[in-house]
Amino acid sequence: MHELSLLEGLVQSLEAEARDRGFSRIRRIRLEVGRLSSVEVEALRFAFEPATEGTLAEGAELEILEVPAKGTCRDCGAEVEVEARFDFCPACGTGFVAVTGGTELRVKDLDVE
Amino acid sequence: MCTTCGCGQADLTLDGRPHVHDAPRPGRRRVSLEQNLLARNDALAAANRQRLAEQGILALNLVSSPGSGKTTLLEQTIRRLQGRVAVSVIEGDQQTSQDADRIRATGAPALQINTGKGCHLDAHMVGHALEHLAPAEGSVVMIENVGNLVCPAAFDLGEAAKVVILSVTEGEDKPLKYPDMFAASRLLLLNKVDLLPHLDFDVERCLGYARRIRPDLEVLRVSARTGEGLDAWIAWIEAARPVRAKG
Repeated sequence: MHELSLLEGLVQSLEAEARDRGFSRIRRIRLEVGRLSSVEVEALRFAFEPATEGTLAEGAELEILEVPAKGTCRDCGAEVEVEARFDFCPACGTGFVAVTGGTELRVKDLDVE
Repeated sequence: MCTTCGCGQADLTLDGRPHVHDAPRPGRRRVSLEQNLLARNDALAAANRQRLAEQGILALNLVSSPGSGKTTLLEQTIRRLQGRVAVSVIEGDQQTSQDADRIRATGAPALQINTGKGCHLDAHMVGHALEHLAPAEGSVVMIENVGNLVCPAAFDLGEAAKVVILSVTEGEDKPLKYPDMFAASRLLLLNKVDLLPHLDFDVERCLGYARRIRPDLEVLRVSARTGEGLDAWIAWIEAARPVRAKG
């Protein structure tokens, strides 16, 4: 539900970057979105156009790199990939997994003019 | 994973050569950022946290579904803390000032934030609310977030801890359905336990689900209506206050 406000915050910080790093248009934005981040990729895509309209990122291409979720089993210690926070360890089948990655939500890079 | 583009296809070759990544088109350049989308909120939250720490104030971010009994619990909490520590309240709702009015009726200062269409409080709103409320040094600030078990999990407000309130009328599988909130919270207040004799709610199963998400989650069983468990909750608040604030 908060994808639009996240993108509006992003545009504000990109405007500051544009001043600091000397660019005026953004043509492509690559976002890394972890599987366990609190956003929905489709909602991000949907909100992108209204959030960037009339800004330096208007018309930019949005590329989303989905990052898998990883964790360490609290019982057997295996490093595993998980789909959700409450998955049991796929290695031992019984342990709870402490999530160590997959909550990312960040801009990787921009193509600018 | 391919270290150049993170594409997960490091082995991909084209005519025996490593795959070439899409270079920016002529006239464009690539700017590496690695910036968190929540960076702006997190920076404001850090400023709130520092300001609260400097003044020895304990701020708690209360999160739950609508109707879990947060406001009633807050009213009872304020009454029990009266004469021990000053409490002020930041109320977040999409519309109306009814919750802030209820809190003010207890004598505690309260500020209502109406988020309009917004589904959560953010650090910017709370920073301004703190300026207006100007809580006393060593006091307690309760932030009653918008009733929503999803979005408030992602937004740090600068609080010492998130406290998730789950009422036993809601169903014991809430922790699995909304895991982010239970992962983000330090304490679970299981509210309305006076109703348990009338319900099929399995407390142990619910807590088992919650601990699958967060094994070190603390749990208190309370009833804001009968007062059951509230002494333990008050003791938890006292223990969480910064040491130098306790007189």
